[in-house]
Amino acid sequence: MAQVHFSAGLREFTGGVSQVQVEASNVRRLVAALDDMFPGIGERLSEGSSVAIDGEILTDAEFESVPDQAEVHFLDILQGG
Amino acid sequence: MAITEENPGYKWVGTRPIRPDGLDKVTGKAQFGADLTLPGMLFGKVVRSPHAHARILSIDTSAAESMLGVKAVITGSDFPDLVANGAHPMAIDVSHNAIARDKVLYEGHVVAAVAATTRELAEAAAKAVEVSYEVLPHVLTVDEAMADNAPLLHEGMITKGVDPAPDQPSNIASRIVHERGDLEQGFGEAEVVVEREFTTKPVHQGYIEPHAAVADANSDGRANIWCSSQGHFQMRADTASVLGVSQGTLKVTAAEIGGGFGGKTVIYLEPIAVRLSQRAGRPVKLVMDRDEVFRATGPTSGTRIKVKMGVSNDGKLTAAEVWMAFEAGAYAGSPVGAAGMTVIAAYDIPHFLVEGYDVVCNKPRVAAYRAPGAPMAAFAVESVLDELARSIGMDPIDLRLANAAVEGTQASYGPKFPRIGFVETLEAIKEHPNYTAELGPNQGRGVAAGFWFNAGMNSSATVHINENGTATVVTGSPDIGGSRQSMALMAAEELGIPYESIKPVVADTETVGFTDVTGGSRVTLATGAAVVDACRIVIEDLRARAAKTWDVEVDQVEWVDGQAQHVDGSQPPLSLDALAAKSGRTGGPISANASLNARGVGAAFSTQVCDVEVDPETGVTRVVRYLTAQDAGRAISPDYVEGQMQGGVVQGIGWGLNEEYVHDQNGNMENPSFLDYRMPVASDLPMIECCIVEVPNPAHPYGVRGVGEVGIVPPMAALGNAIKDATGVRLTDLPMTPIKVLEALNEQSD
Repeated sequence: MAQVHFSAGLREFTGGVSQVQVEASNVRRLVAALDDMFPGIGERLSEGSSVAIDGEILTDAEFESVPDQAEVHFLDILQGG
Repeated sequence: MAITEENPGYKWVGTRPIRPDGLDKVTGKAQFGADLTLPGMLFGKVVRSPHAHARILSIDTSAAESMLGVKAVITGSDFPDLVANGAHPMAIDVSHNAIARDKVLYEGHVVAAVAATTRELAEAAAKAVEVSYEVLPHVLTVDEAMADNAPLLHEGMITKGVDPAPDQPSNIASRIVHERGDLEQGFGEAEVVVEREFTTKPVHQGYIEPHAAVADANSDGRANIWCSSQGHFQMRADTASVLGVSQGTLKVTAAEIGGGFGGKTVIYLEPIAVRLSQRAGRPVKLVMDRDEVFRATGPTSGTRIKVKMGVSNDGKLTAAEVWMAFEAGAYAGSPVGAAGMTVIAAYDIPHFLVEGYDVVCNKPRVAAYRAPGAPMAAFAVESVLDELARSIGMDPIDLRLANAAVEGTQASYGPKFPRIGFVETLEAIKEHPNYTAELGPNQGRGVAAGFWFNAGMNSSATVHINENGTATVVTGSPDIGGSRQSMALMAAEELGIPYESIKPVVADTETVGFTDVTGGSRVTLATGAAVVDACRIVIEDLRARAAKTWDVEVDQVEWVDGQAQHVDGSQPPLSLDALAAKSGRTGGPISANASLNARGVGAAFSTQVCDVEVDPETGVTRVVRYLTAQDAGRAISPDYVEGQMQGGVVQGIGWGLNEEYVHDQNGNMENPSFLDYRMPVASDLPMIECCIVEVPNPAHPYGVRGVGEVGIVPPMAALGNAIKDATGVRLTDLPMTPIKVLEALNEQSD
């Protein structure tokens, strides 16, 4: 089970829940599982976020593996200069 | 000076050879955006709004069109209506920023464009375009834009990130928030609490080369574009979106670039040039002048930031509360999100609340500028840290060391940090002689630190082995910070051939695989990883060819120092030259492609110390000594790493002491030239001393982190802290001009 942490900005979708445990083999399935739990959050996560899995920040990570016990954070997409 | 965790024994990586683009640039042969001339080419000129906020009532182009030699005149109506097409809001903003439709939202907003046979005629035709406006009230700052009953830029803008969503529109595009712990408890545990409010002005990236684009449209719908940008694939995508055409119809060639710093990641002239070329049936060149660059291209945000922080007497930070409002300019998209994620990320603080607002106003749409958002945030927090250190009588570096993020620290924006080198940069400064050098009269010393994420993203590379054993390394990353040299050094290291035998090339959008922009300090990491991958594919191919030549299994062949060697030495080595010369007999030309979405991004930290001398009679601040320590992971090209470190510092010094957009009451910029917008030049500054810290990024084949941006994060706070040390006054409004220093000194003496 991955431990998914929600930033304060995402908690409007989770009713204030700050973290949940989710069983998912990759990011796409994890987002789908989250959307089942918190309807609407899937679209928000898909339209503009990076994901950090065990500290590594990834973009376009739909098919990235989510290891068991992984710590997952969704972040705003960043723009560099 | 460099601190290295290990000595990897590289032959080329970490050396300082002559840069591959140097000769062309010093002899004037390099082709920048404005240098291209095509047969039959026309000259374009853009018509810009004189108003900060106005409704376009009508545009009469008839007089311009009737002028002899004028070949095309276009307005917003010549472009697709992306609103009606249901396009993504960001695509609509990009389109409307390129050329206004019903409203202009800042002085300099494009309303029309012309193409004519001479530059002078184009300028005359542009003046002949008659635009009728209904001038609207404007807002120039976050304070004005967030005020009750403020004039609205976008009547349908409902603030995102607020629950429940507001039922009325405003100029606040979005709200971000990060929080952890219990603020009341955190401040309750503090022995000292400092609260300050800071303001910063919009500043421009200040690249030397103005924007330029040449477009040549064909009658079959295809078009070629040559332009100065940080990413020609991005230019292709955005231009295609604005024009409403398939990306495949556009070929974009990256011209040599004279600086970008984030400001050339967006389109301005490209779709205009293509449309003019389509209408005229001839190539069209558009070149901005400096005035246009200032008035119409992205500066970074002006801001208002409030910071409250608490510390215990033993130097542990207990709580932080940050409120930020960032100007986005005419369309949503300020870097407040990144500011919120970086503002306290360098420190392990148990209780915090960070709240930020993205606010539109009647100024040019902001564009990325080196570590977007982080410098303003750091100015505020690092100034408050200095106050806290003073309050508890602690050395400012010791305070930072006591709270510094390390591997495993839960960053304020969420995840735990992997291996990082913040502590090493702090220690490098503390151990340097500059930190204890004697100060003269009216001099003071300031310390500040900064954090930036760096980026990975998509890159492609192709490596060709030429018939004589030299190599061509082809990438899609415009070289704004030395990437050609870095690519060549890594390829030389991989292939085992001299750096001089590698030719690095930046190819157009039809010649190399998709590559994201040169930005986010990502190219040495991501494009470098693609180059390394392509080289390793080539080496596998070379081993197989040597095995075929020797009639042995491939596992009997090693690649060492640029040649194939049999593991037991039973065969004379085969050099790359020899294998290349006979490549036709062993399978044909030797070449490999690699494309990747880079993983393993390594965060960057910088710590800086500066000494200033403040003239008590004039208020002039002179930088007398400056040292920057930055974790590069691995400095592939130390010359360029130092150049990036120094460049970031110098831009930060300009931001801190001189630079600002000045507007009159009508919203017109009053200082759109380098004469009145004063950037520092070499004669203003001492040598910026560099200490490259190398804490290798374990996820990159050479340990690269990325170095282009974080250097600009600490300087403004370092300067403010040094001025405080020299004078006793704390300045909280950038830039810290002589007038502001004098006013503060006078208030202090009253």
